[in-house]
Amino acid sequence: MTALTQLALLFGKLSLVAVGGVNAAVPEIARQVVAQRHWLSPAQFVQLYAISNAAPGPNVMISTVIGQHVAGVAGGIVATLAMILPAGLVAILVSRYFARHESARWRRVVQAALLPVTAGLVLAAGWVLTAQSVSGWLTGAIALGCAGLSWRGRLHPLWLLGGGALLGLLLL
Amino acid sequence: MPPRPPSALSHKALFLAFFEAGIFGFGGVLPIARRVLVERRRWLSQSEFNELFSLCQTLPGANMVNFAFAYGARQRGAGGAVAAVLGIMAAPMALVMLFGGLYARYGGLAPVRHALAGLAAAAAGLMLGAGVKIAAPVLRSVRHAALVAVVLALVALAHWPLVLAMLAVLPVSLLLAWRAAR
Repeated sequence: MTALTQLALLFGKLSLVAVGGVNAAVPEIARQVVAQRHWLSPAQFVQLYAISNAAPGPNVMISTVIGQHVAGVAGGIVATLAMILPAGLVAILVSRYFARHESARWRRVVQAALLPVTAGLVLAAGWVLTAQSVSGWLTGAIALGCAGLSWRGRLHPLWLLGGGALLGLLLL
Repeated sequence: MPPRPPSALSHKALFLAFFEAGIFGFGGVLPIARRVLVERRRWLSQSEFNELFSLCQTLPGANMVNFAFAYGARQRGAGGAVAAVLGIMAAPMALVMLFGGLYARYGGLAPVRHALAGLAAAAAGLMLGAGVKIAAPVLRSVRHAALVAVVLALVALAHWPLVLAMLAVLPVSLLLAWRAAR
């Protein structure tokens, strides 16, 4: 199988199981591209994730940077399309046929059911990324500091990302 | 202010609105998309926006990209969906691939490596913070806290595939939510 086919299949499947959004799928993406396919080392994965985070736009960009890393610009485009198309078609169909008022009740139920699941998945994503990015006291302090500041503070995430990069540059 | 119902949004108008949301959407597209579509363009009321967004949130995939698909299709069919999605994706994709290209070329240099290590730790921290923020209100109920813990353990510690973890947890979670709603 060519790299492009593999990317299309992997992210196409991820698109439909990414319950709770792309952030919730980050542990699965890491498992697939780091542990199973060895396309990236753990450090590369978390660095590419960080790069996709520093750019504007929807967080599907994690698929763009991974696709690009594996198979160049074409890989970035294929991975992104595979990540957005299946879920997007589902969104079109569901919003067309089920978005009327009678669906409000089941939607509330599904939303309430997804909340603890999404919380667990995003915490797992934080766990996986932290385990892959913390290599000493400084990176540990940056991760914990940013976690605390983004939880309780009102600073824009770009300040935290920029601060982390600057600290790494000056002190590592 | 009452929303101005868009009788026929052109493909160009859809593209431009979502382009604005994409290129200025640092650290999340939701706030800027709300500002562009609800406050500035007044294409949707606040509650219409929330309704469509919450629907997109309950579906798999990227929430705001799903929103662009659904809203674009609602306005202009398949062509509208393409226009909105191209709009929200074009600039961020070009930028992130530029970053990716620079990473491939210069990622090995020592100063770049150090800055990237700091950046990566910060991004990991942001994800942890986001997780705590989502989890904090859920943890008040013992059952929900147990679900959060099970998901975390299955995915982060036991490294279960996402599909298996979902098959194990979602039915329980749905049952709890369904009983609570009755």
